[in-house]
Amino acid sequence: MTLMSKIVNWARIKSPWIIHFNTGACNACDIEIIASLTPTYDIERFGILLKGTPRHADVLVCSGPVTRQIKDRLIRIYEQMAEPKFVVAVGTCACSGGVFRKCYNVGGGIDSAIPVSVYIPGCPASPKAIIDGVVKLLTSLEEKEAAAPPKTAEAVEIKG
Amino acid sequence: MDRYDFKIPIGPQHPALKEPESFLLTMHGEKISSMTVRLGYNHRGIEKACELQTYIQDMYLIERVCGICSHSHATCFIQAVEEIAGLQVPKRALYIRTLVAELERVHSHLLWLGVAGHEIGFDTLLMYSWRDREVVMDILAMLTGNRVNYSVNTIGGVRRDITAEHIPQILKAIDTLEERTKYYIQIATEETTIIKRLSGVGMLSYDDGVHLGAVGPTARASGIDRDVRRDDPYASYEDVKFAVITDKHCDVYGRAVVRVLELMESYKIIRQILANLPDGPIAVKAPRKIPAGEALSRYEAPRGEDVHYVKANGTDKPERVKVRAPTLANVQVVAHMLKDRYLADMPIVIAAIDPCFSCTDRLISVTDAGKGTKNTMTWPQLHSYSIEWHRKSGIDFSELNKKFKVPGN
Repeated sequence: MTLMSKIVNWARIKSPWIIHFNTGACNACDIEIIASLTPTYDIERFGILLKGTPRHADVLVCSGPVTRQIKDRLIRIYEQMAEPKFVVAVGTCACSGGVFRKCYNVGGGIDSAIPVSVYIPGCPASPKAIIDGVVKLLTSLEEKEAAAPPKTAEAVEIKG
Repeated sequence: MDRYDFKIPIGPQHPALKEPESFLLTMHGEKISSMTVRLGYNHRGIEKACELQTYIQDMYLIERVCGICSHSHATCFIQAVEEIAGLQVPKRALYIRTLVAELERVHSHLLWLGVAGHEIGFDTLLMYSWRDREVVMDILAMLTGNRVNYSVNTIGGVRRDITAEHIPQILKAIDTLEERTKYYIQIATEETTIIKRLSGVGMLSYDDGVHLGAVGPTARASGIDRDVRRDDPYASYEDVKFAVITDKHCDVYGRAVVRVLELMESYKIIRQILANLPDGPIAVKAPRKIPAGEALSRYEAPRGEDVHYVKANGTDKPERVKVRAPTLANVQVVAHMLKDRYLADMPIVIAAIDPCFSCTDRLISVTDAGKGTKNTMTWPQLHSYSIEWHRKSGIDFSELNKKFKVPGN
């Protein structure tokens, strides 16, 4: 690892900016994501900031099963993010589709549309679980030489 | 449309919105001349899924219509099922349901206060109220085992009892919250910045509120004295004394005042319930198969009146479930409130009805089929899709249709 890539990786781990996108969740995971940003759990202490636009964000935090209507928007938002980018799926629905798996308007988990780096199960995932997932993501970046370039959305087969 | 008119699409992903919804605003200069709401991004097809599962499984699904008012939807659905089955729910179970309902209202209103603070750029209020909200979340986790989707209901009663050790802890938490709420009331009534920012924004007169069918705190802030808890008591609301808060400001400020004062009423109800908690069983045995019949159930969710319709056909699965969430009633009101208002007021006016689009999105409605919505399902498409989907799982009506010669099929 060169000095430059070490510095870049260090900076990346210390300031992961996130964007939150609800892909059809019931709101439970969304309020738990916001709760983990507020004083009691305070994941801002890891340098995590919630941003308003995908172009500023490193991590896409998704909650909920992917509905038919949101799928194209999710892929578009993912494509708008700058490389390297990571996706965190929060909640059972985001991991696998959960209770909505068999619904006619639901395609499945987040990985049915875009590649996912971290899965956080739970219905809803509690703030503690979200913190654990985020820390695991950051640790995995530390271990790697440099953050591995993720697959692009095109490389993943899009069903439906 | 003259040369000063232009259109602004907002959403489905937008910093001002917590959920994926899109609004198409037609602007005249800086003023909004009309607004179209495009619903359906959160549509999962829960009503259809309910028909394919048993009543007990449905309860978990219905709870996930909305994570914020999960107990509201679950209780509303269960009430309808119990009415069809003719079950006498024990009094203790009704008291526990009411307790969880009021704790949920406290968490939801505190959540709203924070979100409203965030929308007007008062992030300190967001951090304060969400910190206090954790107090009630801890209590809910202690009582039900989960922070958000409580699953406390079952057909014929509740699943978890309150023990004697719980009561002093709840009372202590309520004391803390009451003190904090008094501080918020002081902020809401004395802080000039808040009063100036919220007064006169998103006006909804009494007549318009009645005409457009506003519900919940949105309606009560326009002086409409309507609350299902008092007008059509369910659970144990008959046994408790509380005031229905109304306000005559008719604007976002009024809605904020109504919500913070409702918090105080909720504390009052919780104290009365804990003081008069009757002894006895917490559930009666319910049959797996519910006899044929139909029922409509009403419930005052934190956002307003929630209505569930259930039709049973004698099997262990319902024939039809219909949900009318409070936000659906209020979304028309938003379009009215934003007319001729400034673009900058839009986030707070939308936030002021405390929208919950995951509740609302059970119909695929296309109000604006503009660019980029080519994948939207129209009603006929959805119709044929659903027929095809069921045909694969073995439900085929084509033979029957030929037999009975249904026109148009």
